[in-house]
Amino acid sequence: MTISRDSILAAVRANCPKAAVPMPRIRTFDHDKSALLDRFRLGFELLGGTFVESAPGLELNVKIAELFPQARIICSAVPEVAGTKRLQDIGHPRELDDVDVAVVRAAFGVAETGSIWLSEKELGVIALGYLAQHLVALLDPSDIVVDLHEAYKDTRFITATYAVLMTGPSATADIEGVLIRGAQGVRSLSLIPVRRATG
Amino acid sequence: MRRLDHAEAASRFIANEKHEAFHDARLWDLRKKRDRVTHAIPEWEELRQLASDIKEHTLTHLADYLEEFERKALENGVEVHWARDAEEHNQIVYDILSARNTKTLVKSKSMLTEECDMRPFLERRGVEVIETDLGERIQQLDDEPPSHIVVPAVHKLRGDVSAVFARTLGSEAGNEDVNYLAETQRQTTRPYFLSADAGMTGANFAVAETGGFVVCTNEGNADLCASLPKLHIASIGIEKLIPKVEHLGVFIRLLSRSALGSPITQYTSHFRAPRDGAELHVVLVDHGRSGRLGMQDFWYSLKCIRCGACMNTCPVYRRSGGLSYGATYSGPIGVIIDPTFDIRKYSNLPFASTLNGSCTSVCPVKINIHEQIYKWRRIIAERNQLPFVKKATMKAAGKLFGNPTLYRAALSAAGSALEDLPRFAIYNWFNAWGRQREVPQPPPQTFRQWYIENRGQR
Repeated sequence: MTISRDSILAAVRANCPKAAVPMPRIRTFDHDKSALLDRFRLGFELLGGTFVESAPGLELNVKIAELFPQARIICSAVPEVAGTKRLQDIGHPRELDDVDVAVVRAAFGVAETGSIWLSEKELGVIALGYLAQHLVALLDPSDIVVDLHEAYKDTRFITATYAVLMTGPSATADIEGVLIRGAQGVRSLSLIPVRRATG
Repeated sequence: MRRLDHAEAASRFIANEKHEAFHDARLWDLRKKRDRVTHAIPEWEELRQLASDIKEHTLTHLADYLEEFERKALENGVEVHWARDAEEHNQIVYDILSARNTKTLVKSKSMLTEECDMRPFLERRGVEVIETDLGERIQQLDDEPPSHIVVPAVHKLRGDVSAVFARTLGSEAGNEDVNYLAETQRQTTRPYFLSADAGMTGANFAVAETGGFVVCTNEGNADLCASLPKLHIASIGIEKLIPKVEHLGVFIRLLSRSALGSPITQYTSHFRAPRDGAELHVVLVDHGRSGRLGMQDFWYSLKCIRCGACMNTCPVYRRSGGLSYGATYSGPIGVIIDPTFDIRKYSNLPFASTLNGSCTSVCPVKINIHEQIYKWRRIIAERNQLPFVKKATMKAAGKLFGNPTLYRAALSAAGSALEDLPRFAIYNWFNAWGRQREVPQPPPQTFRQWYIENRGQR
């Protein structure tokens, strides 16, 4: 095996084009920090996300019951929502198979694309974001960055075991280009702008 | 290896008018969506240049970045394997699986595993392999390779999918409702996600700085493959390296906009280390890439990020279908990569182009695709790999174009010949151009005749 490694590296070195190209510098493209939540919402809805208006004094447990009246099993990774299934009791991720609605809090959002950032920390169990039928994400409006360049400056990309930029629900257009929401993962992704509890 | 006859295979695709018309329109629609979304980004051309520069920088320092990637991955607790070719890749994957007594493998789409022909290799050894991307699953069940690198079953209509699913998944015969068909796949694939012993993904980018890699999907199937089984194997071509996390900003902004005309894929997933209690293996694969790096005119093709934009825009690809190329990579990018694997077998492919250059102008990493196509034609001619008819016609054409007197005489003769000759003399086996088209009406005089009449005699 180290024979293959060494022979590949030797071949790559031997065949390397002679004129070395320098590493380019990436400048800042978008300086506009205004209306980040509105811009985020535009991108999020474009890829099929459901944006839920939130009012002061919003009771999240009530709101979620209102959004998903049929839901029996709710699994929450946030302190604001109680849920009916405890994440701490999950042994194998497949035990999340029966979850109707999962609730998580995004670490941050990206205005350019309407994406939310989640890692193993926000999801508790990574499969929660994929096996549940519906996913609800909370996002603090002050946690929105301008574009992907700014997003990738976040050092959590370097420390997280797993990180996803999630934009809308699971989707496919593999048959005649007909758009289907809920291909393999969640059938819907809802976003509720809610301030992060301080302290 | 037998020479592949692209024109013959394409003619079979074209014979089915409904399929051909839909294929053409669907891919052109993707091209138009790409235009709309890229025109909304003022710095688009700057991003393309950056992406090209980052890739060229990486490829001219590739060995160093591979070593850095390996070092970081090992620090993260990832097991790193190296495969010189397809056979070694397949064997490594099989050895990992069999050491853990794996019976079932769920996988997301990977052009590299297609290139290595991995599925039959594993199946012969008793491992059940389940493709989980909808398009790829359709192709697997129909025992066909993908026809497009982003939308694998784009050459099929809903009726074809319905027939495949009825035959293989037991769906209702004749039910062609797309929602029903997609739901059938969801319901039949889910049990595999829950029970499979191992999951496999490819990678769109591997980041030297972190030792991690990025997978982009719209279905979230790569995440399901990686987050349920205790074992995740990722096959990564060595050209997928980029130096730093910040470079992802450039590439992720370009990738899905170029591919499907959407700002980003639904899931852009970053894997850096095994999750708690699980294993993560990375197989770094050469399979001809180091050789290509040494080809003066052709190493630029290693910049490719597999978005498929060149395919969607190519008039030949849209009208002939991906399967007619008879190779893992079809369309313009396939035309310049495939001959590096087997120049005799794929010697026809560089002629499956009009050299219009549209592929080059949409390429997000600025590969000079049409120039490379032209260069391949020269190499194939020099190595005497041209089929007889093409060689004979080219020789005659060369003589004609090289001699002005002869050219002018032939031109006026051709003009009257097109008017006077019976159809069978024009639309015959030697004239590939006339097979699917009417030859245009010749103008009443040549430009030169017009010029002499109107501006001449100075």
